[in-house]
Amino acid sequence: MKHPSPRRVAAGVAMVLALCAPAALPVLAQQGPPSASSAPVSTAAVKAQQFTLANGMTLIVLPDRRAPTAVQMLWVRVGSMDEVDGTSGVAHVLEHMLFKGSRMLKPGEFSRRVAALGGVENAFTSRDFTGYYQQIPAGRLEEVMTLEADRFAANQWPDEEFVRELEVVKEERRMRTEDQPRARLGELQNATVFTASPYRRPVVGWMSDLDAMTPDDAREFFRRWYVPANAAVVVVGDVDPDAVHALAQKYYGAIPARAVPPRKPRTEPEQRGIRRVELKAPAEQAYVSLAFRVPQIDPARLEDGDDDPWALLVLSAVLEGYSGARLERALTQGPDRVADSVGAYYGFVGRGPQLFGLYGVPADGKTPEQVEAALRAQIARVAQEGVGEAELARVKTQWKASETYKLDSVMAQARELGSDWVQGLPLGASPRIIARLSAVTAAQVQAVAAKYFGDDQLTVATLRPLPPEKNARARGFAAPAGARH
Amino acid sequence: MQNKTRTFLKTWAAALLAAGCLAAQAAVPIEHWQLPSGARVYLAAVDALPIVDVQIDFDAGSRRDPAGQAGLARATAGMVEKGIRAQGGEPALDENALGEAWADLGAEFDADVSADRTSFTLRTLAEPALLDRAVALAAREIGEPAFPEAIWRRERERLSAAIRESNTKPGTVAGRRFAQAVYGAHPYGFETTEQTLAAIDTAAMRARYESLIVPCRAKLSIVGAVTRAQAEAIATRLLARLPATDAADCAPLPPVPEVEALAAPKEERIPFESAQAHVILGQPGYVRRDPDHFALTLGNYILGGGGFVSRLTEEVREKRGLAYSVYSTFSPRLGAGAFRVAFQTRPDQAADAVKVARDVLEKFVAEGPTEAELQAAKDNLIGGFPLLLDSNRKLLVNVANIAWNELPLDYLDTWTARMNAITVADIKAAFARKLQPQRMVTVVIGGKP
Repeated sequence: MKHPSPRRVAAGVAMVLALCAPAALPVLAQQGPPSASSAPVSTAAVKAQQFTLANGMTLIVLPDRRAPTAVQMLWVRVGSMDEVDGTSGVAHVLEHMLFKGSRMLKPGEFSRRVAALGGVENAFTSRDFTGYYQQIPAGRLEEVMTLEADRFAANQWPDEEFVRELEVVKEERRMRTEDQPRARLGELQNATVFTASPYRRPVVGWMSDLDAMTPDDAREFFRRWYVPANAAVVVVGDVDPDAVHALAQKYYGAIPARAVPPRKPRTEPEQRGIRRVELKAPAEQAYVSLAFRVPQIDPARLEDGDDDPWALLVLSAVLEGYSGARLERALTQGPDRVADSVGAYYGFVGRGPQLFGLYGVPADGKTPEQVEAALRAQIARVAQEGVGEAELARVKTQWKASETYKLDSVMAQARELGSDWVQGLPLGASPRIIARLSAVTAAQVQAVAAKYFGDDQLTVATLRPLPPEKNARARGFAAPAGARH
Repeated sequence: MQNKTRTFLKTWAAALLAAGCLAAQAAVPIEHWQLPSGARVYLAAVDALPIVDVQIDFDAGSRRDPAGQAGLARATAGMVEKGIRAQGGEPALDENALGEAWADLGAEFDADVSADRTSFTLRTLAEPALLDRAVALAAREIGEPAFPEAIWRRERERLSAAIRESNTKPGTVAGRRFAQAVYGAHPYGFETTEQTLAAIDTAAMRARYESLIVPCRAKLSIVGAVTRAQAEAIATRLLARLPATDAADCAPLPPVPEVEALAAPKEERIPFESAQAHVILGQPGYVRRDPDHFALTLGNYILGGGGFVSRLTEEVREKRGLAYSVYSTFSPRLGAGAFRVAFQTRPDQAADAVKVARDVLEKFVAEGPTEAELQAAKDNLIGGFPLLLDSNRKLLVNVANIAWNELPLDYLDTWTARMNAITVADIKAAFARKLQPQRMVTVVIGGKP
């Protein structure tokens, strides 16, 4: 992420984008179902339109005329998974460098221009994609399209800008990872779950790779991946699709077409046997995270693809989709409760292999092993007893409601459109996703609980807290500064 | 269909932009009235989406915690979500039944606490049957929380464990030390500890709730697809299960002391084994209703509020690569919330970074911004005004701000004009009145002893 969360003090409005949580993000947050049966949603009738420019670039426009604002997002189908060993983190470093100049602009000028337009902006990098956005008064759209097209076509900067910005990125890594034991555990778990898949590397990069990164590493990555056919521009707001299309042709359409480089599959081999890793770090509370290798949806086969991923998605919601759901009730309540907090996630869709995760913080006096056993017992219970119709209906109701709430934010709508494009989901995927979820039966949920949660596809990562008095020694307190890396 | 969706949000913001002067004729879509109970209602009726948002604020923030029971307000709000007692023929709902009931409605309800307020928020679909049930459930949760003692013992264990965990994190330790140093004995500086939690029981929660969560002190902000009549019915029902009050006999609450200015600089350098040092500089700031608010908002944007284009970001991050995140912020409240400059950096360069940040701050307070900087700040904040109002969520924030701080109902209509009127001299004078760089708190956590 380019900036920490922007602050709009006057209005008390803050936006936060995740760099990439160590645990997979709950994808369903962006995939709500259609509105509740009898609720009229006037804007639901307004459909997004997709265009392909002559150079292969994609344009997606969704009018939302509630307010005179608009958001432009540029999505590039390149993330940390497209990196190679030795230059981990370069996708994210490059994201920072996109603010450091272009053919038209000097370092920092991009942000000054956007600010002068009354805009807010930021950028984000994940395993699967890199994105840039500006939210502006709708009348300023052409100006930000000019700016974005210019840096996409011709990002350029002197070496000394790179050297300074790399230090900023290292501080970002220190902040998000090095001083966050649970984030370091997530990094370790990823590196254990995945062997051939590039998902094994952290998005922000290993510190030694950042230390060794050169300006040309970033320039080469830019030349290779920032090609029109590997990018989509998403515009949502008070705009006319045809007018936006004309502007896109004028600014983005002028960028010469180049071939998208071939991507090597780097397929993750099947896991056959449980894996366990541990991390000792300064903390008071232990933490345990279970990651199961599971199937995911095929974006090209929304209607007729395998049922199991949809049932897994329902399973994750039944386990922890609302206050008082199964995991919370079973692990964090009652006189013998084993956990202070628990959670579950399912990756559902992605360019790389997805996981089903369970995690928890042991209660005082309880062990990570007890939490691990209790989490798995809840899956086993679903496998044996199934789930109730009321639970099933409840999670579907929540998805349907969230589909309406989503319409309150142009940012959320733009994020969904861009993310769907990256993943190869068709335009208008949401109602089709909801239809699949609505069709999931209790028996299907029970069946996937029985099928995918054995030992052989499981990786368990455990954080062992170091009491404060031992931290100093374990972390090399007496070592000279800089020896840590 | 598209014309139908062009409702208040749009015409309002567009008219304000076009007008740009105090005489703006824009219709202000905020209606305000008082219920017989004394509760004050603020309504922005926007019907583009079938959603209703409600926020109810009470003067029951953590600033009213007793010193020995710091954390009482937060604990009480947390326990509101842990169950409803049986009342009037309706059954008790435990924490799980309550969670299920909200999920079954596809609605969201929360009880939150800040330094000044206890806030209840409800977001529900506007479909009449769902809205009706959501309001009924929210009214029960607000009016009839059960405060079960066994659940509180469990929650206290969890909170205590979380406090012990947070004590291992340099960021939280820095924030606490800073609050104590800036606020002294003022409740804004109270720290919730295992000891203060141990002194809290459900009897204290009930007593606090009965004295502070009363209809005559409620401020309700409502945004969404409802008419005024519907909003009145919603507001009345939401408070109907609290003890009845009358507008006429609502005694004022005891005043909370003012935050005292710092008499001398304070420096705290605390060794901590971490990859980064956490730095916070600051002092007491100003109260929200201070007339300098607009000058300070613009000035702080220039100093360290404006994301990527502020002086602090330019000097600390862009020119020197010393930090990923560096900012300055005011936190205006009913009392003088703190001004702070904060960043994190590698411990061995913390001293240099502190010097850079302090130099930026001192120079800004001494000299004020340039004309060009002020123009850039106005371009962003005034030009970006529509972005502050382009969703129901953001509108709710603004309506609740007007309600809570008793700002004029035309506050948003006059906002751009008042921002536009601010000069370089205004900002320099306002900063000189509010900030004394020679008497600030400096907290640096990290690095060797």
